[in-house]
Amino acid sequence: MAIDFELNGEKLSLDIDPAMPLLWAIREIAGLTGTKYGCGKALCGACTVHINGQPMRSCILPTSAAEGVKVTTIEGLTKDGNHPVQVAWRELNVAQCGYCQSGQIMSAVDLLNRIPNPTDADIDEAMSGNICRCGTYTRIRKAIHRAAGDQS
Amino acid sequence: MSELRKISRREFMKRTGQAGGGLVFALTFASACQPDAISVGPAAKASASVAANVYVNIRNDGVVEIVCHRSEMGQGIRTSLPQIIADELEANWDKVEVIQAVGHETYGDQNTDGSTSIRKHFDLLRNAGATARDMMIVAAASMWAVPADECAAREHAVHHEGTGKSAGYGELVETAIGMPQPETATLKAREDYRYIGKPIDTIDGRAFTTGQAKYGVDTVLPNMLYASIERCPAVGGTVISFDDVAARVVAGVVDVIRMPEPTSPPLFNIKGGIAVVASNTWSAAEGRKALEIEWDRGENAAHESQAYKEDLIASASAPGTTIMARGDADNQTHSQLEAVYYTPYLAHAPMEPPAAAAIVNEDGSCEVWAATQDPQTARNTVAATLGIEKEQVTMNVTMLGGAFGRKSKPDFIAEAAWLARETGRPVMVAWSREDDIRHGYFHSVAAQYFRAGMDEDGTTQSWLQRSSFPSITSTFAPNVTGPGGFEPDLGLLDAPWNVPNMRIETCDAKAHLRIGWLRSVCNVFHAFGACGFVDELAHAKGQDPKEHLLEMIGPARKIDPTKDGGKYTNYGHDLDVHPVDTGRLSAVAEKVADMAGWGRELPEGHGLGIAVHRSFVSYVGAVAEVSVDESGVLIVHELWMAIDAGIVINTDRVHSQLEGAGIFGMSLALHGELTTSNGGVVEGNFDTYPMTRMSETPAEIHSYIIESDAPPGGVGEPGVPPVAPAIVNAYFAASGKRIRELPLRNAGLT
Repeated sequence: MAIDFELNGEKLSLDIDPAMPLLWAIREIAGLTGTKYGCGKALCGACTVHINGQPMRSCILPTSAAEGVKVTTIEGLTKDGNHPVQVAWRELNVAQCGYCQSGQIMSAVDLLNRIPNPTDADIDEAMSGNICRCGTYTRIRKAIHRAAGDQS
Repeated sequence: MSELRKISRREFMKRTGQAGGGLVFALTFASACQPDAISVGPAAKASASVAANVYVNIRNDGVVEIVCHRSEMGQGIRTSLPQIIADELEANWDKVEVIQAVGHETYGDQNTDGSTSIRKHFDLLRNAGATARDMMIVAAASMWAVPADECAAREHAVHHEGTGKSAGYGELVETAIGMPQPETATLKAREDYRYIGKPIDTIDGRAFTTGQAKYGVDTVLPNMLYASIERCPAVGGTVISFDDVAARVVAGVVDVIRMPEPTSPPLFNIKGGIAVVASNTWSAAEGRKALEIEWDRGENAAHESQAYKEDLIASASAPGTTIMARGDADNQTHSQLEAVYYTPYLAHAPMEPPAAAAIVNEDGSCEVWAATQDPQTARNTVAATLGIEKEQVTMNVTMLGGAFGRKSKPDFIAEAAWLARETGRPVMVAWSREDDIRHGYFHSVAAQYFRAGMDEDGTTQSWLQRSSFPSITSTFAPNVTGPGGFEPDLGLLDAPWNVPNMRIETCDAKAHLRIGWLRSVCNVFHAFGACGFVDELAHAKGQDPKEHLLEMIGPARKIDPTKDGGKYTNYGHDLDVHPVDTGRLSAVAEKVADMAGWGRELPEGHGLGIAVHRSFVSYVGAVAEVSVDESGVLIVHELWMAIDAGIVINTDRVHSQLEGAGIFGMSLALHGELTTSNGGVVEGNFDTYPMTRMSETPAEIHSYIIESDAPPGGVGEPGVPPVAPAIVNAYFAASGKRIRELPLRNAGLT
């Protein structure tokens, strides 16, 4: 039975194993590789996408749970790649290897949606589910503050 | 004043590693006039182009294509290497396109390891840029019939003052084609640099922030299968029998394939196991779960890390093999202090686990896309695995989602190539996190014994250090009994201490896992032990740890470890060019202490700790400010780091490497530990092998680059070693408790 949902504004109907985590459906069936695998157990946040605007770890979410929802990935965050968070990320050269940054950005965007001017404590709480092995955390903090300033 | 350096064609070719045949100048990528030009260069995007050498191709649309021959894994090399070339070439940065090189010997050394990309290629790439610039000048002079020495290159164009003529690089391409290359390359003076030493934005910033960067795991090939491989937990273990009936009925599973058995020593060969190949990753993983395999765990089945720890400490506590000695280190003048330091196995855990995709064509040739640090070794390994010539293997290098040394071992790439041939279809091998944590080439567990003898003043007069750890060389050779190869060079033989009596020994330790190099390698545990022990000596003497550290380093001098019998190779550099300079080590200690406000009044329960270390011919000092609350929660409030890496290329990427080294150092100080049971690694994911997260990140990681005219040193690795000892020393300052083992969570600190 097909699973229907919206991916970055486009309607999709996937006839796949409903238990397949959404991460793999996005990457291998829909062909969008910006969302990353890092742990498969919701421990690292690399796979973070927005489901109806809420951040979710797509590596443990069965695709069946996406029935009827709106999924947004890093590719669909903006058309031009210039969300204030993306711009701030570039201005501060946050990324090192870049692999975890899709998930970091999706978490940061959610944080700013909820708390337009977050404190360091807000950032620590919102971002601690996202691991960066390169260790870009101090720049992520600064970039979130900068993006908050740009938005306000 | 400009430096004039004459570089012969022969020398240039030698430096680029080009294996003979034709002038460098004639090696054009894009023009079809070179039938033997390698076919893997950039595609022509303009109607004509001229290659100045293997790294520079100038198109007649004005774009300069610069080949990055090293792998991008977060250090920013795709920005900083082109910066060097573009600077000497007088190219405009917005007209530079960076092309990622395939694995091929024509590019010279591509092994992106050992923090070598800048320090071993700075002169080469300056020459590549400078000769390309001179080629443009000669072309312009020829076109205008004026002397070349009256022409100058500036802003992506050549200008002739006398006639006022100017021509953009693109306009000069047609003339330059076929012209002889100038034999001299005038290198720019440092004050004329436009890009070198500047914080240029990383060229991949937009790709990184929009999900467009393509890593190994993002490779998509038509009709591709996805593999998931169950491997024996113990190294060297083999399959006795397996039942794949249940696996084969999992939807999407295409085949179940027995992998080649592992070799002893392991080398970079396939580690054995049973592969499930399927139409997607999820099906492959589900099929793998349904496998039933009976293993013969082999000769390492009894490896238990707890028992091994005790053996290792016993080994380090007894006399070993002397590798360097001066004076009489057994002369205990007045009092003595001894201590044992211990650090566990670590896994690299790059955020992108090892991943590669391969296709084997009907003619037997193979094309691979891999997250590899060392594409030439990967290419050779694939060729050997398939029994074909390396010329039949094309090794495309993707972006690397972190690496830290793991991705210079191409076992996973060999798996992909082998399965592609077995299945007759393109195959992606993407390791799970558990595969990555359990089947790596691990950072050595290590024990070190220290004994110092002090005079009546508490000044250290003798130093004995013994280091015991399973060796990286065991991965490549049989019957290895202990440390060897380049390992004693890494923070052991080059001990900077101004102590008249010194002996350094290595002690036996047999390997039971695949041992490999991880960011900073043996420097991690050697710096941890030595900087911790020096801090102990400060407190035993009743001296300020920073003042004591400077006293231990002693007056500015150049150390030659070979004078005391050490077989010291200095990271492949001549000691005259890259000396072990205690003056520079003291300078980073002074600077970082100054940055941290060493000696200031601290909040209640806080402590400052300092550590310094030279590695990869660079010098780094670190200070940590920590506190511990009653429940044992250790907070690293701030980190300060100062580096002297000689001339640096991209200051922003150097700062980012220090910031990252701070977090990497915190991960191994606070959390990192692998244990084994029945020969296999127990931990498997970030719940049991934790990483430092945002909530633990210091309020700030301050970094400082010492201004220097010295030749470039390493940057990616040197920041890591002093971090853990700075934290442990700070913890002592805060609590009065000495920690000699990592990770700190084992001491009840979280």
